Amino acid sequence: MPQAKVVLKNCGVIDPRRISTYLDADGFKALEKARREMSPEEVINEVKVAGLRGRGGAGFPCGIKWEGARNSPGDEKYVICNADEGEVGTFKDRYILENDPFTLIEGLALAGYAVGAGQGYVYLRAEYHYLLDLLQGAVNQAGESGFLDGFDINIREGAGAYVCGEESALMESIEGRRGESRYRPPFPTVAGLWQKPTTINNVETLMNIPRIVLDGGSWYSKMGTERSQGTKVFSVSGDVARPGVYELVLGSPLRELVDELASARDVKLVQIGGATGRIIPYDMIDTPLSFENILGAGAVTVFDKSRDVIDIVHRTMEFLAEESCGKCTPCRQGTQVMVEILERFCRGEGLKKDIKVLEDLAETMMLSSLCGLGQAAPFAFLDTLKYFRDDYDSRIQGN
Amino acid sequence: MSKRVASRDKAPQNLLVALKEAQSRHGYLPHDLMREMAESLDVPVNDVYGVASFYSFLAIRPAGRNIIRICKSLPCYLKNSQIIIETVAREIGIGPGETTPDGRFSFELTNCIGLCDRAPAMLINNDAHVDLTPEKIKQILKNYE
Repeated sequence: MPQAKVVLKNCGVIDPRRISTYLDADGFKALEKARREMSPEEVINEVKVAGLRGRGGAGFPCGIKWEGARNSPGDEKYVICNADEGEVGTFKDRYILENDPFTLIEGLALAGYAVGAGQGYVYLRAEYHYLLDLLQGAVNQAGESGFLDGFDINIREGAGAYVCGEESALMESIEGRRGESRYRPPFPTVAGLWQKPTTINNVETLMNIPRIVLDGGSWYSKMGTERSQGTKVFSVSGDVARPGVYELVLGSPLRELVDELASARDVKLVQIGGATGRIIPYDMIDTPLSFENILGAGAVTVFDKSRDVIDIVHRTMEFLAEESCGKCTPCRQGTQVMVEILERFCRGEGLKKDIKVLEDLAETMMLSSLCGLGQAAPFAFLDTLKYFRDDYDSRIQGN
Repeated sequence: MSKRVASRDKAPQNLLVALKEAQSRHGYLPHDLMREMAESLDVPVNDVYGVASFYSFLAIRPAGRNIIRICKSLPCYLKNSQIIIETVAREIGIGPGETTPDGRFSFELTNCIGLCDRAPAMLINNDAHVDLTPEKIKQILKNYE
C-alpha cells in the first residue's frame, strides 16, 4: 500500500511561521465551512463516518468521544490537545508541530465547535520548549486573523513526566498537581478538566479533522482497513539507514516501513509503540499496521541481530519503573520487581522460578493497574518470552 | 466563560505554574520558599513538595546555570549514547546527578526527548543538540558559560 499524505500534507509545503502560506493551502476553510453550514452534530457525524480513531495509541473512536462530551450536561466544557509526546521512540508530533502548527489549531478549533467548548488547551511537553514560540506564534496569528473568535487556546507546558501523556494524569497536571492518573469512571467526557466535560485528543488525531470536514467522512473512510481507517504517521528509529517520519495508509505491512522506507538490514525484532508497545520478531514483518493488529502511537524502533533481547526488555522496564507515577501499587511495585528480576537475567543469574513469578506479576499488573502505563508495562516481557524463550532459558543459573 | 477560565489559570492556586515561575527566578526551589508558598496558598507543605519533586524539570536542590540532559532511552542507546555520556562526564569532570563546583553545569540523564531520528541527542537548557559525536561535545559545551 502506498505512502499517503493526509496528516503531513502541508509539512515542508507551508511556512509554519506565516499564516498566509497556510491560507494559500486551503487553511481554515474547514473551520469556515463548519461554522457557516454545519451544525456541531453534523461535524461529529462526519468524524464518526470517517471512522477516525485516536492516534495516541488507545484507538478510541474520536466521534464517539466528542459526542459524549457534547451530550454531557453543562455549558462549561474543554477540549485538550495532547502534545505530551513522551513514548520512547516517538517524535512524529514534534515533526508535525515544527512544520504545520496551523492545521493542529484548526483541528482543535473544530473540536471546540463540535463539543461546545469555548476553551482549548495544548499541553506541550517540557522537552519541546523550543517549539513554544512557533506554536504560540501560530495561535496568535490565527487569533489576529479572526479564526478563533469565541474560542481561546491556551498552551500549557509540562514539567517532565512521561505519565502526563496519559489523559487523566495530564488533566491533573494542567490543574497544577502531581501528574497521577485518576480513577475512572467518571470519564473525561463527563468530568474531565476542572471536573467539566472534556475531550482530549492526540496531535495527530486533530490533524485529520480539517480534511474530514472539507472532504467528508466517507472520503476518509475509503482509506485503510475495516476497523482502521485513514493513515498513520510513524516514527522510525534504531538500527535503520533512514530514520524519520513516514505516513502510510493503515493496514500497510510493517515490512514496507522497516525494510523499504527506512532501509533496515539484518533485523532481529521491532518494538512497536515504545515502552508500552509490543515486540514482534522479524519473521512476522508482514504483519499489517492497524488497530486490529499492532499500532500504538506509531513508534517503530528497530533492533538488528547484534542486539540482546534481555537487555532491551530490561531497559524498557527500567524506563517504566522510573516513570510510574506511583499512585497504584501494581504498577509502582510491579515495574520495580520486574526490573530487579530482569537484572538477574542480564547477569546470567536468573532463577528457575523467576519466569513464573514474572508471568504472575504480569497478569496482576495488566488486570489491576490504574492506567495504561501499568497495564501495558509487561508487554515487552510477555512478547519476548513468547518469541525469544531461549534467551531467557539460557540466562537461568545452572542451564 | 473564557474570562473566568483565564483568571483561574493565572490564579496562584495553580501550584505547578507557581513553582515553575519560582524556579525561573531562583534557579531551583529552596525549602524555605516552598514553605512560604504553602502558607501563602494555604495548602499543606506536603502538597508543594509533592508537586515539586514529581516533575523532572523542577529542581529541589541547587542546580547549575546550565542543565545538560542526555537521553538514555533505547533509540539513543542504540546509537551509542553511552560514549556521549562518558565524553560529557570527562569534559566537565562530574557524573550524572552532579553539579560542577563552579555551578556552571548540572548533568542529568533523561528519558526519551523525542529526537530519536537524530540520535544520540541531548538537551542543554532548552536547546536540542542532535547527531552527537564525541568530537562535537567540546565545541557545544563552549557555548554555555
